This record gives sequence, structure tokens and C-alpha cells, in this order.
Amino acid sequence: MQLIYEKSIPGRKGVKLPASDVPTAAPLPENLLRGEKAGLAEVSEMDLVRHFTNLSRRNFSVDTNFYPLGSCTMKYNAKVLENAAALFAPFHPMTALLPQGNDFCQGTLGMLYDLGQMLADITGMDEVTTQPLAGAHGEMTGIMLIAAYHKAKGNRKRYVLVPDSSHGTNPASAAMAGYEIITVPTAPYGDMDIELFKKAMNDEVAAVMMTCPNTLGLFNPHIKEISDIAHSHDALMYYDGANLNAIMGKVKPGDIGFDVIHVNLHKTFGTPHGGGGPGAGPVGVKKGLIPFLPCPRIVMDDDGRFGLETANPGSIGRTASFFGNFGVMVKAYAYIIMLGREGLIRASEQAVLNANYIKEKLKPWYDVPYDMTCMHECVFSASRQLKQGVHAIDIAKYLIDRGYHPPTVYFPLIVKEAIMIEPTETESKATLDAFIEVMIEAAKTAESNPQALLEAPLTMPIGRLDETKAAREQNVCCLV
Amino acid sequence: MSIYFTKEHEWVKVKEGICAVGISEHAAHELGDVTFVELPQLGKQVKQFEVLGSIESVKAASDIYAPLSGKVVKVNEALNDAPEIVNESAEDAGWMAWIEIADESELKSLMTREQYDEFLKTL
Repeated sequence: MQLIYEKSIPGRKGVKLPASDVPTAAPLPENLLRGEKAGLAEVSEMDLVRHFTNLSRRNFSVDTNFYPLGSCTMKYNAKVLENAAALFAPFHPMTALLPQGNDFCQGTLGMLYDLGQMLADITGMDEVTTQPLAGAHGEMTGIMLIAAYHKAKGNRKRYVLVPDSSHGTNPASAAMAGYEIITVPTAPYGDMDIELFKKAMNDEVAAVMMTCPNTLGLFNPHIKEISDIAHSHDALMYYDGANLNAIMGKVKPGDIGFDVIHVNLHKTFGTPHGGGGPGAGPVGVKKGLIPFLPCPRIVMDDDGRFGLETANPGSIGRTASFFGNFGVMVKAYAYIIMLGREGLIRASEQAVLNANYIKEKLKPWYDVPYDMTCMHECVFSASRQLKQGVHAIDIAKYLIDRGYHPPTVYFPLIVKEAIMIEPTETESKATLDAFIEVMIEAAKTAESNPQALLEAPLTMPIGRLDETKAAREQNVCCLV
Repeated sequence: MSIYFTKEHEWVKVKEGICAVGISEHAAHELGDVTFVELPQLGKQVKQFEVLGSIESVKAASDIYAPLSGKVVKVNEALNDAPEIVNESAEDAGWMAWIEIADESELKSLMTREQYDEFLKTL
């Protein structure tokens, strides 16, 4: 497919403007004018429409196919949530900052306040900031809050503990905040090794960052003991909310010792991901950390009126402009209201049931390195297929040919040839069965004709990408 | 020149108080095509098994740990432009840093080639 620039023909236009019949304004000063043309593509309207329509047909999304990408919770994003967000579109984000502006934005401030309250209730926290723009941004905010807490108490802290199964963003966020990382290995039972954790723990540990259930899809039975030990050293417990979809309405992280949590609205609360998103990573904290929350905080006075608290000397400051990704929050708010308490609980239960169904059905065909009842996702290893020279990546490419988005592969890092499948609650049994069928077919093909998997995908506009070249030569601008 | 290995798959070759450090053939193979090597700063003081640098491949990113304590006296700048050297020659041209050894007795906690080969069989 040609780039839009390759379709460009000088002088071709989508819209021809009539000649100007009003006096020409004085020209702009020389220093404000660009030296050369902007270099935009010159095409007709129809060329443009066809170009982007055809591009969009090559897009893969939850709206087109099953998307079992582990750790990403690619649940269906209900279209009615878009309608909800559209209702709020006319309001200007600066209104609350104008003199008496609060009078005109009680609804928007109230929505943010209520969403914070609902998320606090779901996670067992005391207050939530909706500012952070994505999960990793939420982590960074959370670690900064922890650092502010220790600084205010005069604690000397150096380390952050993470299990070796953690999302890479955990150690990255902690390192960016200036902490050194101590990695704790996973025990054969699939969770952070409790004995090694006890050994690694010391008074200089600022925080323990956990994903619970972890990236193997397993709930840590030692979690209360871990948080008690951490607290005895005045280390705070950080909850990576990436896997909240597994326990929503069942377990409140705040009840099992967590002090700070980020929530991925674009995972658990049904708002779109990435380019279709954007994301949002609200952060919840326990009471002791409220003074450090990003400002301005949205507060409610005794008369039930919402306003902004501006004098907040302990605050770590703003972490995003305005109030974060506002539209995403409207969608998450609508999602929570629509499902209600019972609906959220059922969503979690169904997500866990679906993952266990896939695990049991595929167990005869793929190795399961940590074989126990899983939560919302299950992790296989392609080590059996590797004996025929077939890697996890080859199975992933084969699935593309069969109309499925590949599961997460090569993560968690502690599983060799990992294939991590998260079906979510929004898929039907029929969809799961069809997917399982194709996964079994892949396993059989690995035995009978491994070469076929190595050549996949064959049905796509392009075959295998040169990932090494892409990573080594990071030139994303191909026009210059 | 004798070569020793860590459980984290670094190798170290020792000569006259200086050691060269890299990752093992096995580690390079497991990582797949290496795309980036983060070298330590010259002059950095490292303790044994502390993070020395990091390495990224198309599959994963992982830390490189110092097999011995000491001071970084030389780094392999060639890896900045050609990280593929690690795949082509992990235990020779793909070296990452030279460390001035602070305490040779730390060698006792490392594995010989034979011990490392045995260790790999247990993985």
C-alpha cells in the first residue's frame, strides 16, 4: 500500500476555495512565516477517503476480532460509553479555574469526585486522584507519593522491592523516582518467595510493589503476611492495578494491606486502549498519604458543593494538565454505574471462569509451568513445541492468520517461551471454543509440519517484520 | 586466562588484577538478537552482584550484574553502534567492561566453565 505522500500530485486539492473578495490583511512579520512549504500530501477528497478507509480496514481491534492479550484486559468497550462521554464534550476544562467558575461546572467536578469515591470504594482506599494519564504514569505518581511520605517522616529509604514476575514498569517507575531495585525471585508455587522476601526486607526499603494476582495469573496467599512485614519496616505496599479485573468486588486491596494503588481504567473499567483510548491511571491512597496527592484536589463542602482545594503545601504538584483524561473518566464512570456492584462482581467471576476454561482445555496440548487454579489469565509455555523448533512467536504469528490477535508472548519473563492468555469476561463460550480449537490446531501443526508455523503469517499485507532491524535502527521518520 | 561464570550468566576473565566481563554464549542465545547494551560509567565503583549495566533484545531487557567488586576502568564502546557483536561473539569480542578487581577472593563464589555447564543442565 502506498503512503499518502506517494499518492500526492502537486496542485491536486480536496477543496477549492473561491477567490477572496475581502481586503487582504497586512502580511505577517517575516519571522513568523515558514521558510518552506509544509510538505503536506496533495490529494483529492476521494483519494483521501479511500486511503484512510483502506488503512482502517487493516486495523485489528476488539471491535473486529478476539483479542486475548494477557495482562491487557482487552474487554469489549461498549459503544454507549462513547455517548456518555459525548454528553460532557461541550464543557471547557478551564471553567473551574475561573472566578466563580465552580457555579458552571458542578456536574463535571461532581462526576470526577464521584468516580474517585467509587474507585476508592472498589479498591479499599481513602481517596483517589484521577489525574494520571495511564498506568505507568499512575505508578510514577504512586512512587512519588511514597517518596513524599518518607521524606515528610524523615525516613531514610533507598530500595524498592519487586518480584521477578512484575511488569517492567514497576522497577522502571521506582528507578525513575531515584530508588534502587531489589528483585525477589518467584518460588515454585508461583508467587514471590516468602523466605527470600523476608531476607531481602530491611529498614531502608521504601516500598514493595506487587501485582495481585501476579502476572502468572495467580493470587498470592501470603499477601497479608508480606504487607505486615513490609509495614513493620515502615515500607509501603504498592498495588499494581493491571490485574484488578480478577478480583473486582471480591477483594479490596486496601483491606489486605496495600497503601497505594493505580487502576487502569482502560483495562478494568471498559474504556478503550492506546490509540483508541487514551488511557487513564487513577491512583488511590490510604489516609496517611492524602496530604501528598496531586493538586488541585476536588473537594466537597458541607453543602454538597464541589470545588478545588488550591492550598495544599504537601502536594507532589500537578501530574497532568487539567484533570487528566477527562473523557476516559466519563466512560469509566458510566461503566461502573451501568454494571453496579453485582455487575462488577459478575464481570470478575466470568473473567476468572473463562481463563480457567481455556487453561483446562489447552493443558493437554501446552505445558503449564505453574499449574494451579488461575485468576483472570493463564500462562502456558511453548517449551514442548520448541522441541520441533517452534517458538511462542511462531504460534502467535499463526494465530494472526487465523483471525486472532496473538496472546502476550515472552512475558512474564520467568516463563520460558511464555504464552499468556487473558480472555476477559466479555467473550462468549462459542468464541473461546473456536479459539481453543485453533490453538490445538497450532499444537498439532507444530508436531506434523513445524515449517508451516515458521512461515506464518501468510494472509496479511506483510509477512514477518524484521524486529531486530526495527529495534536497532530507530528511524521512525522515513520521509527525511 | 581463566574464565568464571555467575548464576546470572555473566562471565569474567581475570588477568593481573583486571577482569573483563560479559554475558555467556548461553545467555546471548536465550536473549535472541541484542538491540541495545547499556554500558556502565567509566570509574564507577561496583560491588559484587550489583547492577553493572543492562542489555536489551527483541525479546527482553535484563540487568547485567558485576561478577566481582571493583572499579570500571574500560567499557566496550563498540557495542553502542553494533550490539550484535554480543550475539556473534558473546564470550570474546562481546565483552562489556573491564573492572579493576578489589578482592580476588570473591572469585570463590563464581563457577568454573565445568561447573557452569553442569549448572545449565539443571535449568
